[in-house]
Amino acid sequence: MQFHRPETIDAALGLLADGSVTMLAGGTDFFPARAGRTADGPVLDLSRVSGLKGITKSGDAWRIGATTTWSHIRDADLPPQFTALQLAAREVGSIQIQNAGTIAGNICNASPAADGVPPLLAMDASVEVAGTSGSRTVPLGQFITGVRSIALQPGEMVTAVIVPDRPSDRSCFLKLGARRYLVISMAMVAANVSVTSDGALESVSIAVGACSPVAQRIDTMERALTGLVPGSIDFADALQKADLSVLSPIDDVRATAAYRLDAVRTLIGRAVTRAAQEKE
Amino acid sequence: MALTDIDHQPGISFSLNGKPVRVDGPPSERLSYALRERAGTRDVKVGCDAGDCGACTILIDGNPVCACTTALGQVDGAVIETQAGLFAADPIAKDLAASFQRHQAAQCGICTPGMMVSAVALLRDRSKPDQAAVEDALGGVLCRCTGYRKIIDAVMDCGGTTANPVGGVGTPMARVDGLPKVSGTERFADDVAAEGTLVLRLVRCPHHRAGFELGDLDAYKLRTGLDLILTVADVPGDNRFGVIPGFEDQPIFADGETRFKGEAVAAVVGSADIVNALDLTEFPVTYTPLPHALLPKDAAGIGDMHKGRDGNVMCRGFVKRGDASAALQSAAVVAEGSFSTGFIEHGYIEPEAAVARRVGDRIEVQCCTQAPVMNQDGIAILMGLPKESVRIIPTAVGGGFGSKLDLTAQPYVALAAWVLNKPVRVTYSRIESISTSTKRHPSEITMRIGADADGTIVGAEFDGIFNTGAYASWGPTVANRVPIHASGPYKTPNYLARSAGIHTNTAPSGAFRGFGVPQSALAQEPLYDDLADALGIDRLEFRRRNALRNGDPTVTGQVFETGMGIVECFDVLEPHWKRALADAATANAKGGTVRRGVGIAGGWYGCGNTSLSNPSTIRAGITLDGHVVLHQGAMDIGQGANTVIAQIFATALGVPVDGIDIVGPDTDVTPDAGKTSASRQTFVTGNAARLCGEAMRARILRLANVSGDAEISVGDGAIRVRDDGGERLFPLDTLTPDNATYVLESVESYDPPTLPLDENGQGVPYAVFGTTAQIAELEVDLELGTVKLLKITAAHDVGKAINPLLVEGQVQGGVAQGIGLALMEEFLPGRTENLHDYLIPTVGDVPPIETLIVESGDEHGPYGAKGLGEHCLIPTAPAILNAIKHASGARVAHLPATPDRVRAAILAQTQSPSAKN
Repeated sequence: MQFHRPETIDAALGLLADGSVTMLAGGTDFFPARAGRTADGPVLDLSRVSGLKGITKSGDAWRIGATTTWSHIRDADLPPQFTALQLAAREVGSIQIQNAGTIAGNICNASPAADGVPPLLAMDASVEVAGTSGSRTVPLGQFITGVRSIALQPGEMVTAVIVPDRPSDRSCFLKLGARRYLVISMAMVAANVSVTSDGALESVSIAVGACSPVAQRIDTMERALTGLVPGSIDFADALQKADLSVLSPIDDVRATAAYRLDAVRTLIGRAVTRAAQEKE
Repeated sequence: MALTDIDHQPGISFSLNGKPVRVDGPPSERLSYALRERAGTRDVKVGCDAGDCGACTILIDGNPVCACTTALGQVDGAVIETQAGLFAADPIAKDLAASFQRHQAAQCGICTPGMMVSAVALLRDRSKPDQAAVEDALGGVLCRCTGYRKIIDAVMDCGGTTANPVGGVGTPMARVDGLPKVSGTERFADDVAAEGTLVLRLVRCPHHRAGFELGDLDAYKLRTGLDLILTVADVPGDNRFGVIPGFEDQPIFADGETRFKGEAVAAVVGSADIVNALDLTEFPVTYTPLPHALLPKDAAGIGDMHKGRDGNVMCRGFVKRGDASAALQSAAVVAEGSFSTGFIEHGYIEPEAAVARRVGDRIEVQCCTQAPVMNQDGIAILMGLPKESVRIIPTAVGGGFGSKLDLTAQPYVALAAWVLNKPVRVTYSRIESISTSTKRHPSEITMRIGADADGTIVGAEFDGIFNTGAYASWGPTVANRVPIHASGPYKTPNYLARSAGIHTNTAPSGAFRGFGVPQSALAQEPLYDDLADALGIDRLEFRRRNALRNGDPTVTGQVFETGMGIVECFDVLEPHWKRALADAATANAKGGTVRRGVGIAGGWYGCGNTSLSNPSTIRAGITLDGHVVLHQGAMDIGQGANTVIAQIFATALGVPVDGIDIVGPDTDVTPDAGKTSASRQTFVTGNAARLCGEAMRARILRLANVSGDAEISVGDGAIRVRDDGGERLFPLDTLTPDNATYVLESVESYDPPTLPLDENGQGVPYAVFGTTAQIAELEVDLELGTVKLLKITAAHDVGKAINPLLVEGQVQGGVAQGIGLALMEEFLPGRTENLHDYLIPTVGDVPPIETLIVESGDEHGPYGAKGLGEHCLIPTAPAILNAIKHASGARVAHLPATPDRVRAAILAQTQSPSAKN
């Protein structure tokens, strides 16, 4: 059984080219997907590729390496636009999972309930993809195409997540689960906002997870809330009236669809309000 | 070179507990497997293989991770530490182990490695973490025994110096068997097989019900290189097992038809590398799905699954006293409702496992079990062997809660080892464990209770349907127990209770902490709230007014002249109740969408079998060199029987508890102490231990011809007896020995006095009832339906606390299971078969629990002690539901009260114009 541990992206891409290897990073989705079975077939372990780790800023963009762990994100010194992502990092499974699981793994696993995706969507993040023919950058919302489905071509790998720098943004993340730790979301909301000096919402980005096959930005709600002051009657009114039809929650073992839709509206209101109250 | 291709390396090298090791194994293999099976570190436990339970937590380069989600090949060059290595080398881990011992933070011990390793990582970072940090650090490790609170206490008290006292009855001493659990040397059922032992896996039917035909097994065996394939044709004895006489209806291999998803049709046996790699979907078997029923309402339409059980009704239970119908008609107020609960999974972190070897014409089985002698009987029948030819050597048990009473993995390895004349092991995967083990019975209950205008209960009617699954297991026990208990611990002069166990095509429902009583309390206790509210009487006061007192008849007409302690439970709760109500009122006066609520519920449980003999025997001896040896066969599944039985025996004999050698459990060396279930070990085996100690003491006193209060000490080849007349020495080699092993030996038995129930369920079903009442304080987020528990206050009449620390541990663990029952747990066949879809409480879901121990004594119990195990969770869920109602006005009657159901109940009640509150 082949088990490759390249140290550079180029070497990893070279190994990917033959199309038979399965990528492994933190292992927190790789192994559960093989519960009770042993892995077979060649494996490409990305955990030693140094160019895939860490968070850096260059120009007006942040770059989060593909195999950056949730612990690293959780503990990093980052500006308030990342508060939601850091709150999400704290909610990923448990410390054990956060120490191993990676940001690109969370994206590529393409679970509707991936904790990392709504905060990244709310920040307009993109996915940097490398292949033997070069690199491309894909908006996250286009990269995840469905349940367990991503726009990665054979021979390609995710190398980083790119987040535009928004120094005036503040953010919040709320996750709804049936227990405190180790829980898959019933619904979750990430909100990034900027606020005028009089407390009104200057810009609003809202993303909802676990209520559709792929987490969604809620454009209708974003438009409806822009310009309003959280806590005001107008805000409450707009929150109640905004259309959420972009969501298509299902009944499953965790919650009913009706509940998810109902709760999401409350979560959106709270997440936006709390984000607006965040200290810069 | 940039590329490391491990395929060409001779093995994976890393530092393991301070020593360099090289492990040869497939590099994409789970590290947990490689560490256990190739590197011998069996202190790394496997509970789920999916990162859901944290039992396999190790430190890699100082960071806690799950070994089951790490590939062996990923740790090349890494530094790995496990519980045993930390205990050996890290002073923090040693301090932590001592703190775990002081607080009894380990019960069964299966989660202890994961807990301690996670905690060491935290404590290395900061020596005095706050509670929130401890909870975050332990959030990834599931524990099903302790309720987590003592683990939090132990981590926060790491480095503390207070020592536990050591002593007999009444002493809160550390567990006598705790050290292996906290040092990484405890051995559970998957930890005892020798390297190279053949591995068995089961071929399980993927349909709820199916006919099937086996294909060419010989060709499959040849092609795959297996040593053996077993099917129904290979069962030498009677292919059925069970736990209730007359209800032995479950085959180890299905015979032509499977009756639930996951039932075994065959077993494959071979070397580990071959068997573990098999894709069993390629096994030559063809299924033909058959009509099936998953709910009792559909069971009559699928044909009878068992001969003589018409309409798939397994059995019924019935208790009648007075005239309930007339009483309800005359009642000033009647509360009624329909309630339901789902399947509840036991969720012990140790999956079922066993290893067997043939020794001549005997078969020896090491396994995790709650009932070694019942296992011995069952295997003997399946294998067509005399009972004496089967030896059960229980390992440490990583949690049981009722499901490890029944045979599971044991017969398969026994049969395979017998045929092959080689040792064979099996360990269930988490999915196998959840999908095939017994469950708590789902219940559908309707109940009516009436009271007069003064708030005195005049009568109650109860109907309960219990889904008993495909086979009987302990279903008859549930059907019989529930009507006896459904009144709750309250005087109910007119009473009619009917129950039925219905077969469906699901995993068998069996024994689970409480045998149906928690389900019936979830109907009765909410209705008591409704009655109290309707009459304008305080909810605690209403219960206390109706609570059974000494001299009152129960619904079976049994009268306790002493030891009915439920009134005292309410009495000790009263100040907490008033404080909690005042706190809630203050909090709610502030307004907002988060509302505080307080709920209360009572409970009771009869200890031991219902109107059936269930004796225990304890044997003890004094050796020639002066050792006191206790043959202790009462299975300690974490609850503490090893400690309790030793404390009782030590007190009865009058010697220090730490001077006693405990041997067993092992059916060759320990007499039958019955099963660990029905809260019977402290009471029944405890009495046998008391009688055994007293008998031995009496012999020694006779020998010395001294009075009853003389002091005895044993050691250095002699017995010393001291009284007012001075000390006398009896060298043991001067006495005529009882037998080759012991100079003095005592063997004593105890069987609780009960009487059969008549056709109306009247009689004396139990010698002892334990009682309890609990308060739940919580917050409900009205907009989201989420519930946050703030505190549970639990009052328990245990008669006499043999070990108060163990009492607290049982209470806290039971409360945690009650929380799961109330708020999150439901097994759905085919859907929630792992520990991320089937949710049990984590460390962040169990609030502080205050235990109030009531000691009302008992006529029969040893030193007045009663059983406790089941009682702990009975009031928890109803107290929580009553608190949710108090907070939100909404009654959730169909469990679990997940946020969507709580929110739906809140919306239904605000939309209903007739709603009160």
